[in-house]
Amino acid sequence: MDDLAQFKQTFFSECEELLGDLEGHLMALQAGEGDNGTLNAVFRAIHSIKGGAGAFGFERLVAFAHIFETVLDLMRDGRLEPTPDSVLLVLHCADILSDLVKAAQNGTELSPGHENDGRKSLIDLAASIGVDADPNAADAALAALDAQLAGGGGLDDEPEPVVAAAPEPEPEAAPAAPAKAPLLKYVVKFEPRDALYQRANEPLILIRELRELGGFLAKADAEAVPSLDQIQPEGAYIKWEFEIETDRGEQAIRDVFEFVLDDCLLEVTCLNPPAPTAAAKPAAEPKPAAAEAPKAEAPKAEAAPAVAPAAAPKTETPKPAAATPKAEAGGGGGGGGETKAARSIRVDLDRVDKLVNMVGELVITHAMIAQQTEHLHADQHPELANGLAELSHHIRDLQESVMAMRAQPVKSVFARLPRLVRELAMMTNKKIRLDMSGENTEIDKTVIEQLGDPLTHMIRNSCDHGIETPDDRTAAGKPPEGVIHVSADQRGGRIVIEITDDGRGINREKVMKKAIEKKLVAPDAVLSNEEIDNLIFLPGFSTADTVSNISGRGVGMDVVRQNIQSLGGRVHIQSRPGQGSSFILTLPLTLAVLDGMVLKVGVQSYILPLANIVESLRPEKDQINVVANQSELLRIRGEYVPLVYLHRIFKVPKGIDDPTKALVIIVEMEDSSKMGLVVDEIIGQQQVVIKSLEENFDPIRGVGAATILGNGRVSLILDVAGIKHIAEHESQQRPPRLAAPAA
Amino acid sequence: MATAAEQAARSTRTVQLVSFTVGNEEYGVDIMAVREIRAWSETTPLPNTPEVVRGVINMRGAIVPIFDLRARFGMPRTEPTKYNVVIIVSVSARIVGILVDAVSDIITINEDEIRPMPDMEQVSGLGFMEGLITVGDRMVGLIGLERMFSGRMLEAADSTGKPLLAGPNEAAA
Repeated sequence: MDDLAQFKQTFFSECEELLGDLEGHLMALQAGEGDNGTLNAVFRAIHSIKGGAGAFGFERLVAFAHIFETVLDLMRDGRLEPTPDSVLLVLHCADILSDLVKAAQNGTELSPGHENDGRKSLIDLAASIGVDADPNAADAALAALDAQLAGGGGLDDEPEPVVAAAPEPEPEAAPAAPAKAPLLKYVVKFEPRDALYQRANEPLILIRELRELGGFLAKADAEAVPSLDQIQPEGAYIKWEFEIETDRGEQAIRDVFEFVLDDCLLEVTCLNPPAPTAAAKPAAEPKPAAAEAPKAEAPKAEAAPAVAPAAAPKTETPKPAAATPKAEAGGGGGGGGETKAARSIRVDLDRVDKLVNMVGELVITHAMIAQQTEHLHADQHPELANGLAELSHHIRDLQESVMAMRAQPVKSVFARLPRLVRELAMMTNKKIRLDMSGENTEIDKTVIEQLGDPLTHMIRNSCDHGIETPDDRTAAGKPPEGVIHVSADQRGGRIVIEITDDGRGINREKVMKKAIEKKLVAPDAVLSNEEIDNLIFLPGFSTADTVSNISGRGVGMDVVRQNIQSLGGRVHIQSRPGQGSSFILTLPLTLAVLDGMVLKVGVQSYILPLANIVESLRPEKDQINVVANQSELLRIRGEYVPLVYLHRIFKVPKGIDDPTKALVIIVEMEDSSKMGLVVDEIIGQQQVVIKSLEENFDPIRGVGAATILGNGRVSLILDVAGIKHIAEHESQQRPPRLAAPAA
Repeated sequence: MATAAEQAARSTRTVQLVSFTVGNEEYGVDIMAVREIRAWSETTPLPNTPEVVRGVINMRGAIVPIFDLRARFGMPRTEPTKYNVVIIVSVSARIVGILVDAVSDIITINEDEIRPMPDMEQVSGLGFMEGLITVGDRMVGLIGLERMFSGRMLEAADSTGKPLLAGPNEAAA
């Protein structure tokens, strides 16, 4: 059963992807950007979920998906107009479907009526144009699905009657064609490959569907069927040629084969093409990938392939063969209607992580060798020097490739925001528009996974507390519709995500009052505006007057901050009263490696992330100014930057106290404030592997992580925001001591 | 009957300790917690941490903090030489090192030979001591690692009440 569990796992991870895609398509539909392609994509996603669910016997899921699919089918046929209401229903049903998938995955049972309202609405909708999408139909579909599975899997010997029906020409079955489009005659050549059966597809179902299109004649060519002893139970031996007279166009014919396109040869030719339109483009067919079907001779004409699996149920050989067509389909695909024929494989994340670790060790080993050979003259050992230089390049490339494997566009997290905002807007009776930008910015997968919750919380906060009601907005002279802008952007070595609303901003008076009330700050404390704004991140802080079920339980923002911090990120808020607020969230690009500058301070050396560094300089005496006898400011191009002595902050002995003899590194924080870090000297630039300090110890302010240098010793990676915090803290507590050496 | 058997089993259950010295005193930790014993090597100090924290070392790619037991006992920090020893132990899923003077012995005792710590004012700061053992004429203090490194390490280290890492002048000496 291990195998089954594994397949289930794959199914669910596919469902996850499909549901994710679905969301995007639905959003496009809702925004009115959807075309028929979008509807098709939605339909395909639901259909795929249904198919998989059927295979694993998740009947409830199948039943619901079926009705859903029926309605979607009506929509893409143009029989049901996608009105705002029906699109809403579709969105709602997608949620239900997602719940059902989750329930199936967790093995839990949802409350019996969970899908009932959605299901009823769907049926009603279908009924409105006289289509019966009722459960009975679902049962029928289930039965059909079972038959399909049985046929393909070769486990059942029932499908004979099915077979007999297939090749029979039934011209009289053609429904009278409405005379809006010209009746055209097509010849369809259909040659299934082995893979078609291995994926549990049944030509009969396709043929029946084809028959619906119009005047129909089918010819089966069973020449290739080998003698019984040579027959492969899951082999494809029969090809068909159909003549169809239909007014529905070539696309309708191709749509029938939509799900098997990669597993068959399909050729559609129009015999009497209408003059003006350039018709039939069989070039799209994956012709070159043919030459798979065995060419043995057999006279029997009516033996359809479904017989083959039944004929040799004991032969269990097809397993190894299955790999070939699959790989082939993967490589030769892309001929179908799909726009993105992304070739990809699924890899367990653990394997990638192992690779990441190995690359990390490689970086360290390289640094070690480089250090050991430092004293050798490059001109005496040219090969060694060149080799090392190349090795360094290769390692860097390798590392970038590995990190790219883990990187994903933030789109996957952003995709769920539109409907979140929409729902929140409905619940709060506000008008809110969501703008997004930078969805293609890539971040490490782990970060992405843990970004969802905090992002949701912040959006909730913006909708609930930030954006005002339309009346209030109009009164304030703003357009009634509020705007939330979510953007992602890569800046230096970090990803910056900003959530900006044009709402009322933070009510500082109220925040302050609340904070004092909750004893989060002393009553006589004097805080800057920014400090007040960021009080909302304190544990147990909530200003909501009433507890709503959107936000306001006071467990929001501190959890957000914790989540972000655990990812090595930071979050802060900027607010302008009456104009809105921005949450600014910065995250590390990767969790494994960074480019750093090795600094010497007294007897210690530290790593400063390159991303923080703006420039370094040795200042002249007249560039240094003292303010209020305590803070030293460095004047640089008309800007004043506070000086912070690293050796004082970290209490490292023997650091240089005179900035004109030391080195000042201008560093920039995420909030784009600057600070001049005074260090003894810069030793050099180096790529370092980030090692967690917290694994065996506690977080230390001012230290982001640790790394291992080429000499095997541990070096600490500086966290400039933490250093700034210590500096501010210290200067408040002991101003004279810091100010003393200034003169 | 089962209880009697259990009791018998318990009374004969033996514990092995790695014993080591700090100054003239002898202490022991459960051998099962000991990962390895290594010679002192220079650590990378962590800024603004208590005296007890000697810094971190690289142990085959892992960053391991080293604690100075002498400082933990309220004495001045160890002046380590190459003869000093670091005992690497695993405690609550973390790996930490304890700097001691020397490893002396491996002691096998019955569990019931462990005497509880006497209840007195002077040992109130020694909540991490699990008990006392008499080996020949020596007294060995049994250190409870879980107790010593419970919760946040910095807080545990802080409980000595020692001032933070010495300032520039002091440490330069």
